[in-house]
This record gives sequence, C-alpha cells and structure tokens, in this order.
Amino acid sequence: MENIFTQIYESLRYAFIQRAMIAGCFMALGCSFLGVFLVLRRFSLIGDGLAHVSFATVALALLLNAQPMIVSIPLVALSSLLILKLNEKASVYGDAAIGLVSSFGIALGVIIASTAGGFNVDLFSYLFGNILSVNWFEVWMTIGISSLVALTIAFFYHDLFAITFDEEYARVLGIKVGMVNRILILLTSFIVVLGIKIVGTMLVSSLIILPAVTALQIARSFKATIALAGVLAVLSVIFGIFASYVLDLPSGATIVMMNFIFFVVFFLLGRMK
Amino acid sequence: MPIKILEVKDLSVKYNGISALSDVSFEAEAGDYIGIVGHNGSGKTTLVKALLGLLPFDGNVFFQGKNLREFTASKHIGYLPQKMAFFDQRFPATALEIVATGVYCCKKTPKHLLGSDYAAAENIMETLGIKELKDRPIGKLSGGEQQRVLLARTMVHSPAILILDEPTVALDPASREIFYAMVEKLNKEKQVTILMVSHDVVSIGGYTTKILYLDGKVLFLGTYGEFCDSNTVSSYLGDKRRFNCCGH
Repeated sequence: MENIFTQIYESLRYAFIQRAMIAGCFMALGCSFLGVFLVLRRFSLIGDGLAHVSFATVALALLLNAQPMIVSIPLVALSSLLILKLNEKASVYGDAAIGLVSSFGIALGVIIASTAGGFNVDLFSYLFGNILSVNWFEVWMTIGISSLVALTIAFFYHDLFAITFDEEYARVLGIKVGMVNRILILLTSFIVVLGIKIVGTMLVSSLIILPAVTALQIARSFKATIALAGVLAVLSVIFGIFASYVLDLPSGATIVMMNFIFFVVFFLLGRMK
Repeated sequence: MPIKILEVKDLSVKYNGISALSDVSFEAEAGDYIGIVGHNGSGKTTLVKALLGLLPFDGNVFFQGKNLREFTASKHIGYLPQKMAFFDQRFPATALEIVATGVYCCKKTPKHLLGSDYAAAENIMETLGIKELKDRPIGKLSGGEQQRVLLARTMVHSPAILILDEPTVALDPASREIFYAMVEKLNKEKQVTILMVSHDVVSIGGYTTKILYLDGKVLFLGTYGEFCDSNTVSSYLGDKRRFNCCGH
C-alpha cells in the first residue's frame, strides 16, 4: 500500500501528469455541468454524435496537416447547430438527428482516412485519446473552454433550468429558448472536441453522461445535482489517472471506468434511500 | 363598472394555409370565469396558444385596452399547459424551485431569482394550502399535487388572467374536485379572470360565468344556463348527456 502512495506521490513530479490532471479536471467540470442539462433533456447522446463528427474533422485536419483542434472546433460546432435545426425545423426526432449527423461523420472520416492513407495510426490514436500526451496549448484551451462553460451556465442558470423542466412553458415566460438552446449545443461541441484528446472519440460522451446520471441517483435539488456531478467527474479523473499510472492501464478508459464505479455505488445508494 | 381585462376581436389562425380558427371574438371582465369547450380539434388549444403569443394570428387581442401586438403580456397572464403525463420521478427540483420559475416572466434574460422571489413562491403555496410540499422533489408528488404546484407557479406573479388548458385531464375525480375548488377560490377571492379549456363542461359549467363553445369558430357564447337551453348543446353533448349535465 505504501508503495502505491509513493508511486502516486512520485507521479505528481512529472510534468505530463500535472498537465493531465489540470486538463482532465477542467474537462470533467465542463462535461459534467453540461451533462446535467443534456441528460435531463434526453439529449445525452449528442456528445456521442458530435464525437463521431470530430472523427471526420480530425481526419480532415491530418489530411491538411493542420492542428486537429483548430479544424475540429468550427466544423463540429456547425454540425451541432445542424442537429438542432433538424430537430426543430425539419421535425426529425432528436435521437434520429444525432444518428443522422453522426453516421455521416463516421462515414466521411473513414473515406478520408482510406483515400488519403499514411496517417491512419495518428487518426486511430484519437479514437481512444491520450490524456498523458496533452500539451500546454491544449491545457490552456481546456481551461478556457471549461471556464466559459461554467460561466455561461452560471449566467443562464435560471433560463436553462426553466427550459429543462418545461420548454413550452419557458417560451410563455419570455425565455429566449432558441438562443439558449444554441448556446448549450455550441458549448457541448467545444467540450467534445477537447474531450477527444483526453478520452478519445469513442468515450468522450461518457464524460458528459455518467457524472450527471450518477448525481441524479441521489440529488434532490437542481443545484445539488450540478455540484455533485462536478465533484464526481473531477474525482473520477484524479483516481483514474493515478490508477492508470499505478496499474499501467490506458488513462482515458480508466477515467471512464472510475465514473462507472461511482455510478454503481450511487445507484445502489439511491435504491437504499 | 366592471373592468374589461381581455378583448378578442376577429381572431383567426391558420396552419399551413388551413384555417384552424376563424373570426373568434369575445370579451372577459375582471373576475369572469370562462369555460372554453369543444370537441377534439375544435381549436381550443390553438386559441390559447394565440392568446399567449405562441402562434401567429390575424385579428386583434387587447389586454387591459392595450393591443397584444405592441407588448408582451406574459407578466399579466398565468398559464397552465395541457399535460398528459406526469414529471420524471428523478427530475432534481423541489416544488418550491418549480413554483419560483413563475416569476421569470417578469424578468429580463438572463433571469435571476432573489430571496423575495422565493418568498413570493412560499406565499402562494401557503395561499393554495400546499406549503408542506415545498421541499419535496416534484417527481415524487402525486399527479394532483403536481398540478397544484403548477397552479401555484402560474399564480406566483399575481397575474390578472389565468389560462388553464385541460388541467385535470390526467387527474382522478377526487384530485379534480380539489383542483377546481382551488381555481374557484382564486377567482372569487382574488378576482382573477379564468379561461378554462375543458372537454368536460359538466364539471366546470357550475363555476363559469360564460361558456365559449368552439368548432373552428364560435358556435356559442353565453352563460351556462343559456348553453343548456340552446340547441347547440345537443350537438356538443347529445340529448342524453344534455339532460344529465343541465338537468333538463
């Protein structure tokens, strides 16, 4: 046991662990805050859909020899607005709109990868991400965007709460539902793009869904749910990085497993209440 | 002299070029209780949504003499939407949090609540006799309790008009009676004008000052007694139910 603590203590000396901790914790906060609203509005899988789109945008960036994050943010943001439009204007169900855009993203990514060739190894590294390889630019991007998410949610908290509870009534109350929805979905697209480096396109939606679903098992008020989701998400990142270091496991998958363990514990606690 | 609260003049609504409502006109005074009745698809909810500014319409609606096109009336109107299902059991909000959202209509975006807003929410819950529910999660309340909480939400900003769209459709008979009594209390004691949309004229008829019977247009406008005496009631209820409802 002492050996484990020594290893954990020593790991903190490494700059790559420090960067991973900072980026992971900020990422976890941004994802979990957004996740509470997305889960309650039955938009949980938007993270998954946008991550699939980001697979195509990363392929495009590698093809163009550009920075994947810079190429992905605007394109994934546009896709998120497309999902919203399909849902609102074209009467396509929310989950179907996500499926439509996400399958297009995957197909496009595969076509780009197969025709261009030469960067398949790089591209497939984005499927599962690697938080231990984030650079300071990515850390600062994560801090910036996660802070933007937190501030925006604080600013529009009551509007978001009303829309989440009853969208039609929110319109009657004079809330600018369309604008708030667009803000929510754009923030989600930003955070998803950041997440693909940390846990990869395959697992990024779990950072959005799991902390929120876990908090919902026991929290009674809305603010408590957001706070608890944030705490659980950060703890999952911290324990996940240490566990992956000590046990020599892939860090992104270990973070997701930590989230899942919290879910099982809180699910059982919720049933005992 | 009675205060005219609402004046609807030649209101028409079309969906994709097809008329859903045409030339609806009626007036409501302070303390009126208007039952809006009609078959499915007769335009009851369309009328409500037009009055709330949720649908574009032709014609004019005047609220306390001001044209609705020139201002937002949400501050003055309380609205309880039609709801066929109850809320998700796990929705993480207390009844008090939900009631307080009614105050948002009086605030600019982004909305922010003050301590006084929560105090107003507690006050209206006390007035409606549901203060003991304030800390309970909304999803854990019974259907009748949820509907009473939503009624409190519509009343928290003291609106002059309360529009209720089939509010008792998912409630059992006992909860329905409690709910109607609560609405009557608001109407009688606070002089709130009520527009009650319902399929069930039998349940609400006794409370109303006017019945507005719609079928794409106004088929009847008058008191419940006149409604029972008119020939239109037979087309709405059939002769057997006419006897049961109106006693003749």
